[in-house]
Amino acid sequence: MHVHFLDPYRQLPSPVHALDGRVKFVLAVAFILTVSLTPFGAWPVYLLLLSIMLSVEILSGLGVGYVLRRASLALPFVLAAFPLLFTTPGTVLLKLPLGTWTLALTAEGALRFANVAVKSWLSVQAAIVLASSTPFPDLLLAMRAVRIPRLLVAMFGLMWRYLFVLVDEALRLMRARAARSGLVRQPRHTAGRLRPGGSLAWRARVAGGMAGSLFLRAVDRSDRIYVAMLSRGYDGEVRSFTLQPVSSGARVTLVAGLMVLGLLWLSGTLVWG
Amino acid sequence: MHHSIDVHDLVFSYPDGHPALRGVSFGIAPGEKVAIVGPNGAGKSTLLLHLNGILRGAGRVSVCGQVLSDQTLGPIRSAVGMVFQDPDDQLFSPTVFDDVAFGPMYQGLPEPEVRARVTTALADVGMAGRVNRVSHHLSSGEKKRIAIATVLAMEPEVLVLDEPTAGLDPRARRDLIRLLRELPQTMLVSTHDLRMVQELFLRTIVMDEGVVCSDGPTADLLAAPDVLQAHGLEVP
Repeated sequence: MHVHFLDPYRQLPSPVHALDGRVKFVLAVAFILTVSLTPFGAWPVYLLLLSIMLSVEILSGLGVGYVLRRASLALPFVLAAFPLLFTTPGTVLLKLPLGTWTLALTAEGALRFANVAVKSWLSVQAAIVLASSTPFPDLLLAMRAVRIPRLLVAMFGLMWRYLFVLVDEALRLMRARAARSGLVRQPRHTAGRLRPGGSLAWRARVAGGMAGSLFLRAVDRSDRIYVAMLSRGYDGEVRSFTLQPVSSGARVTLVAGLMVLGLLWLSGTLVWG
Repeated sequence: MHHSIDVHDLVFSYPDGHPALRGVSFGIAPGEKVAIVGPNGAGKSTLLLHLNGILRGAGRVSVCGQVLSDQTLGPIRSAVGMVFQDPDDQLFSPTVFDDVAFGPMYQGLPEPEVRARVTTALADVGMAGRVNRVSHHLSSGEKKRIAIATVLAMEPEVLVLDEPTAGLDPRARRDLIRLLRELPQTMLVSTHDLRMVQELFLRTIVMDEGVVCSDGPTADLLAAPDVLQAHGLEVP
């Protein structure tokens, strides 16, 4: 039993996939920074950023639909900005009486909310394209290349490696529970007194026990992994290969991409800032 | 001529007070391949973990002529290639390449040498060309072979394997036995697979309750069903 669906990487023959992971990583971060720094109300700039994102999605072969479906996962986070609708002072559009309180939805609040929503929606798309077009080991290399501390990168690597193993283990536990959660036909004299599935409290206890057992297994496994690392000479220091230089073609893409993003940010700040 | 492995009167108790090894002694000559059998909880895995100093009990352990101590821990860990039972524990890196390169890299070898070692080790276990695979996407048999490659890349003198055939299908098991037969290293293999023992090892050590109960030619052991039965084993 293997879990592959968690791995967002989709292998496709596209120029986006072929581009050096380090360049993609830097460009994606720069894109997200540009999106977050573009001032409120600079709609034309947002439109341009969206068109860049959509072009990359089409170019990558992932398809706009695929990315947008995945991006909808980020929608609940937009709700964090929900209070903005009512707390921003301005022209009142709508009044909601709420007991003794009245919530006033303002035009400025609505704009501000839309702005936050667009920002997060665009940023999430960049992250999705990055993760779907770059194998995770390449992302780790990219993190090393931009000088994220090695220990942290090594931890990301281990987490990614064992996330799947852990999910497999959880699935096995749940399958074992399901396999023993049969129903019996109730004998007549106990009619209505047997409780199939047990009480809610009992089921909660079983679920809690499963979570605990998963935790213990994870701790045990981490011990065994550490022993395996020690056996091959691990001494507490993270060592890795020197990185290959970035090809000149990828460099050109990097510089061009950064310039476009920089220009967009600059025009946004100058005109609407 | 020193023994590749020399264990003398090794005693070890787990922190909870449970005695796991109660005076274990044996020696293994260079190039010799020895099986170690016994019921669950006999102390086999605990013994194996002493051979590269992961666990340190009372008594003397020497590997390749060096007595295990804080000073010799580094060289001994490079000399003993330890293959654990669950390959998911052994393959902890993002890619197969990183995993096989881990040992040589920590031995401080220069990068071209590490790359060469990775290529050779993967070819030795018949997994050439899997360099960029992700460990999670491999089958159990492939994982096992690559786990062996991760230690072969360190060019160890001694290979120590804990239940190498556990959980393998017959074909993967057969391939693994062939591989173990071809490898030239001194070998100590803990296992429940007596059929493999019969095929592969001339000498077998039986352990039970933390002591060595019998140590001699495999043929003699297999001809003594009462000894096997007394230690929870069956004639294959």
